[in-house]
Amino acid sequence: MLESILAGLSGLAAGIEFLFSSGLPNVIMLLVGGGLLYLGVKKQVEPLLLVPIGFGCALVNIPLSELMDDGGMLRTLYEAGIANELFPLLIFVGIGAMTDFGPLLENPKILLFGAAGQVGIFLTLLLALALGFPELEAVAIAVIGACDGPTAIYVASQYAPQLLGPISVAAYSYMALVPIIQPPIMKALTTEKERVVRMGTIKKSVSRQTRLLFPIVVTLVTGLIAPKGLPLMGTIMLGNFMRESGVVARLTHASENEIANIVTLFLGLAIGGTMEGHAFLKPATLAIFGLGFVAIALDTVAGVGFGKLMCWLSGGKINPLIGAAGISAYPIAARVVQQQGQRYDKRNYLLMHAAGANTGGQVGSVVAAAIMLSVLKGMGMI
Amino acid sequence: MDKWSFGLTMMIVGVGGTFLTLGVLSVVMGLLKKAFPLRGEEAGSEKKSTPAN
Repeated sequence: MLESILAGLSGLAAGIEFLFSSGLPNVIMLLVGGGLLYLGVKKQVEPLLLVPIGFGCALVNIPLSELMDDGGMLRTLYEAGIANELFPLLIFVGIGAMTDFGPLLENPKILLFGAAGQVGIFLTLLLALALGFPELEAVAIAVIGACDGPTAIYVASQYAPQLLGPISVAAYSYMALVPIIQPPIMKALTTEKERVVRMGTIKKSVSRQTRLLFPIVVTLVTGLIAPKGLPLMGTIMLGNFMRESGVVARLTHASENEIANIVTLFLGLAIGGTMEGHAFLKPATLAIFGLGFVAIALDTVAGVGFGKLMCWLSGGKINPLIGAAGISAYPIAARVVQQQGQRYDKRNYLLMHAAGANTGGQVGSVVAAAIMLSVLKGMGMI
Repeated sequence: MDKWSFGLTMMIVGVGGTFLTLGVLSVVMGLLKKAFPLRGEEAGSEKKSTPAN
């Protein structure tokens, strides 16, 4: 009897015993989970993602919790929506339903800013290779530079699932830090004269037919050029087509609210579940965070540099600051451009132009990822 | 293929392909706007656009 009581008590103490014997990584990750919760709740940094990620991280690092073992709750969520790429794609339907591509359609040439804003991805790929990451891992890390959480998760979950946790956290953390990362680069690369260029108001010139045809045309063109990225582009454009059609308001509403909310919760928890201490705490994780920062900084450099080129080519009619909005962090980057523009000229309204470049960045980030995947496929690497 | 050849190939094809694809899209969007111009009554009823997250 006494023996069975002692055996039962040892079961209760097993977790604490583990924590003191080999649980240092778990303790560190419990603190990391707490840090993510603090950032989400107190600092309001991407709370919709960081709160479930932080909680999932805490859950999986409580010793012997078995949540990521076969049949565990977090493992089930992971298998249900990340291992098979479903969750990021469902979120993309919601993003498409929420996004107004009107400012981009008013001035289609601004779409090229969305291409310039992706150059950092490819430069970061070279840096990741230089640091010794294998090819597919380097690609997944570089996609942090897309400033596009679902795309980064999609690529990482398929081609570097072992890096999914750090890549996801880095992608969403840096997206929230865009207002801190971009302004010093924008200032350093532009002259006082360039920063006060006024671009005038945008005249409404887009018909309903054009708005309706836009998602179909984008899906067809990008699907033909880079078919490996079709799930990404197809879902974002499905959401946008539903929005613009106006005939499926219930589906549009569900996509941008109920579905997006539920999937965000599951996605965050499952990503948190990949952050088990012994697997997460490696030098590679620090390198990924460093490369993510570099990727977004390089995107901004390339975007503003392209803005300067367009400014020169247009005879000074384009404010180069809007190049910084060519990344996918929507609408954060557009707001940063508006704030920086008004910092140097209080009557300068760049928001709609920047919103056009920013939605171009959303399309551009998906196109860049799609092209990378299709090139990898062409090389026979996936 | 060594990793530097791989990286440079991805860089050249990736940046070029992204610019090319978005350039094509930009031209197609311009053509769409010309093919389906905004009519007067549509401009009046155009709903105000709101940026979404």
